[in-house]
Amino acid sequence: MTTPSSSTSVTETPVASSTGAPREARTGSLIGDGLTVAKRNLIKIRRVPDLLIFTTLQPIMFVLLFGYVFGSLAGSGASVQAGYREFMMAGIFTQTIIFGATITGYMMAEDMQKGVIDRFRTLPMHPSAVLFGRTLTDVVNNIVVLVVMSVTGLVIGWRVHGGPVKALWAYVLMLFFAYALSWVFAYIGMRVRSPEVVNNASFMVIFPVTFIANTFVPSQNMPSVLKTIAGWNPVSTITQSARENFGNLYSMQAPGQTHAQIDKQTAYTWALQHPNLYTLIWSVALLGIFLPFATSAYKKAVAK
Amino acid sequence: MTDAVTAEGLVKHYKDVKAVDGVSLRVPEGSVLGVLGPNGAGKTTTVRMLTTLIRPDAGTATVAGADVLRDPQAVRRQIGVSGQYAAVDEYLTGRENLEMIGRLYHLSGKEAKSRAAELLGQFRLEDAAGRPAKTYSGGMRRRLDLAGALVARPPVIFLDEPTTGLDPRGRGDMWDVINNLVGHGTSVLLTTQYLEEADRLADNIVVIDHGQIIAEGTADELKAQVGGERLEVTVADAARLSEAAEIMRTVGAGATETDEHTRRLIVPVSGGTQSLLQAVRAFDDQSITVQDIGIRRPTLDDAFLSLTGHKAETDTELELVGESA
Repeated sequence: MTTPSSSTSVTETPVASSTGAPREARTGSLIGDGLTVAKRNLIKIRRVPDLLIFTTLQPIMFVLLFGYVFGSLAGSGASVQAGYREFMMAGIFTQTIIFGATITGYMMAEDMQKGVIDRFRTLPMHPSAVLFGRTLTDVVNNIVVLVVMSVTGLVIGWRVHGGPVKALWAYVLMLFFAYALSWVFAYIGMRVRSPEVVNNASFMVIFPVTFIANTFVPSQNMPSVLKTIAGWNPVSTITQSARENFGNLYSMQAPGQTHAQIDKQTAYTWALQHPNLYTLIWSVALLGIFLPFATSAYKKAVAK
Repeated sequence: MTDAVTAEGLVKHYKDVKAVDGVSLRVPEGSVLGVLGPNGAGKTTTVRMLTTLIRPDAGTATVAGADVLRDPQAVRRQIGVSGQYAAVDEYLTGRENLEMIGRLYHLSGKEAKSRAAELLGQFRLEDAAGRPAKTYSGGMRRRLDLAGALVARPPVIFLDEPTTGLDPRGRGDMWDVINNLVGHGTSVLLTTQYLEEADRLADNIVVIDHGQIIAEGTADELKAQVGGERLEVTVADAARLSEAAEIMRTVGAGATETDEHTRRLIVPVSGGTQSLLQAVRAFDDQSITVQDIGIRRPTLDDAFLSLTGHKAETDTELELVGESA
């Protein structure tokens, strides 16, 4: 995505001038400028207590709360409850990284409001670098979150049964979907411009969307309308894919229930039968729509 | 290029509001142009067009020889911008802010570091360099923001209301900083609501109101447009006003205004201090007691008032008639 002008200007004389004479700066590359912006965002996450808690303590708390509180609903036996904890890990992973994508919306809105975007837009930066750096920060943040949650999961008995390659793919697919979502929120953040509104609105939307899915309970037992929504909800397909790839699909297997029966019951829509493909289609479609939307919104973005 | 900035017929409308309605201006290389006008006059919109933040609806502009519309990246490579909202990153320290900006102007890591250190020293921010900008006072933020505009030593600098909201001491500090650091061959376009600021910092001034330029020239030229010096006298005894008026007539170079209520007389003079001395002697000879006497030079405030028909720094449409038209 490097523009021709930037690749030629990189070869120009370096701008180091101890003389103090005015001279022309260079236009930057997408990667270089993007990394500078990402670094700035990460410093910010480290300095804002709310965000730091969001990325570290909250995931631990969620794993423990959902694992033990909902786990007690699953049945009274210790092994049944342990089975639930393994089952819900894929769901809690999915919900948390989707919430992670909203940080971009919040921070873009804040940067718009405070004039930081104005400053960036008067610098000779690559025009897509701010958005690239911003969304990249979410990926880094989500990786940290996934590590924290995985370790917490391992402590409470979660195990991967599907092999390292499949497990890695599960993580990659989650991150890719969340990345696409970051672009959606980047666009929303620039249009809405109020960090608080972005925060509240995204909570109002994401909370139900991540619950009307197979994240915390098997969705095939939901009432019919919810069951259908959950069956086509990409949150369900990411969870389904992760559950399959972690080898956690049969963690809640009831006595006498076969794997084939579970497969049939949980994968009750085309989407759930092809969770990887369906999730990829969603991710690519979101990126296809919102990457250009957000890029064009950024080019016109001015404070107030 | 002899002009660092040129603008020709810039127009920007928002719905039915003509924010900027045909502004043309130029900043000769190495000079400071002050764009003076009240709140909402179109100053910030003009700066935003020149700094590539928004596209004008009509008109053309060049900055450092580059066309703002056709080659915005070339413009961005050569400008430094400091805005009225002090767009510093609150969570980064002063040093991190400047280093980041340096990196985004594509200085090497080492250059960005040394330039940041240099500017922090020049702007008296060394002690606060390691603290997040969130903890800075208003004046410190402004200095940091201005330092950000100077990181790459750009040939053209835009300062949008650099002292709005600062207390008088902070304002004085900023003026010193701008005078000391911005000079040295750098071309500056500066917007301000403060007449004194334009007088202090700018080589040339354009006065903008309702999106249009209503006057331009040097501070002295603008003052001259309002008229020259005036002699003002307040006498102690209202009964002697007519005698005083007679003296004013002989000393003055025009019609005398007399305000019986305040016992004040005003007349345009051409002789400056000589006219003052002449008047003092005449009043003394005739034993007319004078409460107050002095030569008054028109301020830019007078100029603004007579040019725009309303006072500076207010949005209200005051129906004030200029003392001289």
